[in-house]
Amino acid sequence: MSLAQAQSVAILGLDGHVVNVEVDIADGLPGYSLLGLPDAALSESRERVRSAIVNCGEIWPNRKITVSLSPAWLPKSGSSFDLAICITVLSAHETIAADRIENILFLGELSLDGRIRSVRGVLPALIAAAKAGIKVAVVPSANLQEAQLMQSMTIIPMEHLKQVLRWLRTGEREIAQEFELQWENSDTRLDFADVAGQSSARLAAEIAAIGGHHIMLIGPPGAGKTMIAERIPTIMPVLSIEQALEVTAVHSIAGTLTQRSPLSLLAPIVSPHHTTTRVAMVGGGAHVIKPGACSLAHYGVLFIDEAPECGPGVLDSLRQPLESGTITIARSIGNLTFPAQFLLVLAANPCPCGKFTGRGRNCTCSSQQVRRYLGKLSGPLMDRIDLRVQVEPVGRLDMARNELGESSAVIRKRVIAAREIAAQRFAGLGWNLNAHIPARALRTTFKPEREAMNFLHDELDKEAITARGFHKIIRTAWSFADLKGHPTPIMEDVFDAHTMRGKVEA
Amino acid sequence: MVKKKNIETGAFGEQVVTEYLQSKNSEVLARNWRVKEGEIDIIALNPSGVFSFIEVKTRTSVAFGHPLEAINSTKALRMQRLALAWLATHGCFGCDYQIDAVAVLLHADGSQTIDYRANIL
Repeated sequence: MSLAQAQSVAILGLDGHVVNVEVDIADGLPGYSLLGLPDAALSESRERVRSAIVNCGEIWPNRKITVSLSPAWLPKSGSSFDLAICITVLSAHETIAADRIENILFLGELSLDGRIRSVRGVLPALIAAAKAGIKVAVVPSANLQEAQLMQSMTIIPMEHLKQVLRWLRTGEREIAQEFELQWENSDTRLDFADVAGQSSARLAAEIAAIGGHHIMLIGPPGAGKTMIAERIPTIMPVLSIEQALEVTAVHSIAGTLTQRSPLSLLAPIVSPHHTTTRVAMVGGGAHVIKPGACSLAHYGVLFIDEAPECGPGVLDSLRQPLESGTITIARSIGNLTFPAQFLLVLAANPCPCGKFTGRGRNCTCSSQQVRRYLGKLSGPLMDRIDLRVQVEPVGRLDMARNELGESSAVIRKRVIAAREIAAQRFAGLGWNLNAHIPARALRTTFKPEREAMNFLHDELDKEAITARGFHKIIRTAWSFADLKGHPTPIMEDVFDAHTMRGKVEA
Repeated sequence: MVKKKNIETGAFGEQVVTEYLQSKNSEVLARNWRVKEGEIDIIALNPSGVFSFIEVKTRTSVAFGHPLEAINSTKALRMQRLALAWLATHGCFGCDYQIDAVAVLLHADGSQTIDYRANIL
């Protein structure tokens, strides 16, 4: 009888694919078939679309309705196609002019009474649509903030199906107040000034923020490991707009934008519990592949408290993203790559009872238990941790002190200054953090002073450090040099870097 | 037990459809052809020489959904088996045939709406 089509987007990994929603209404028994590899949530769209249409006072065509989502081979999931299917059905039923819905993207889940609910992955969907040349997008009002990041498109926020129909038929709509793009770049809740004492851990955190070095905090319960880790994002430079868009896109797909503002320029911090699974850590899933904790921490901090308590293999699954900055997940529907450039922060007690510090007087663990505890962290993983710091119990002197420690703002200023020095040094080389200097460049262009090199070569000969450790120490030394204003790392910087790498060899 | 009133409604609907078919120059060959497996409401021969096996659904209101929604795929397939059985027993096996469904809506004022869906399989 009649045919209509509209546009929507399917998300596969981080990429959107524009999907043509085609509806054919034919003579025959009343029925509805949905083609194009829908998952369970999408198959249920029939009931939502039908109820929404009827409850908005429209007529549901009692004919044979065939809905095809093409490309047909692409597996589609989720409820974001509801609005597109609904509009196309009505257009095929000739209650909306077909030329009105040409080149418009429709996103949104329908509730039974016709309200349009928020969906996941709006930003990646709009990016894909813009690439395909679509200029206008109808999105749920609840997703407006995120959608407005796509400034090259006309975004039409809608709350109810009736509004959409009125707009499509008459061109009238309530102009939603466009709120200005107000980037959030400060978090007043957390501040490094709250941390009492802990000068070495503070320095380590600062070095980590400067060079993007991974860090491990070892100390008894209650010493402030978690406090320090949670405050590391507050001393990292704010994200650039491009970085923020990337982070927002990942969070949009994972559906975590309720916890993090789409307009946040702050480095994200993700702290999965130590009982987390490997899939939750690196991403995955059977039907819908979702990014894991390490991708949500992209450009930010992945903080794992009580690291030795993690299940076998969970931490080691981070080894590949730690090296490459991306994570590739292979499943039957294909290989998907998510970004995962994060700063790893591990926190651990020194032993099961947690009191093996100082002289270890109160510790009730056997020496074997103590050895075994940190030994749970695998050697290859520990090798990737540049800074291993003992967090000592806070002493009476630190607590009694009236003046607060340095605030995050002061530290952040130093971090930004140091990063700028590094960025100038690396201009045009393809990386901009000390932690990312390739090994070959470390041995040629970016060598520390001769005396420092000799010291490292001696350590290497003594097998006190590995080849990877050798490179890692030089990278950390560059961060020390940037902080202190040395043009190349001197002996002192290399020595500090070596000390901070510590002797917690597993 | 099917209510007597419903049987009357159904019979009236089939009568309406028979008249409708005759007005379209179809020849009605049989009504309520019944075997053990089931029943075909109307069997007709179209002007184009195609046998039509017709299921009639008559309703006095749409409170229980569209009449044709009552025909599911099991029912449609049974219609097909019955159609083949009829063709075989009448020496027409191999002829062109189709399964049709008709919804008849009887309004309170005595008028009717006929919704004819040809070739539903």
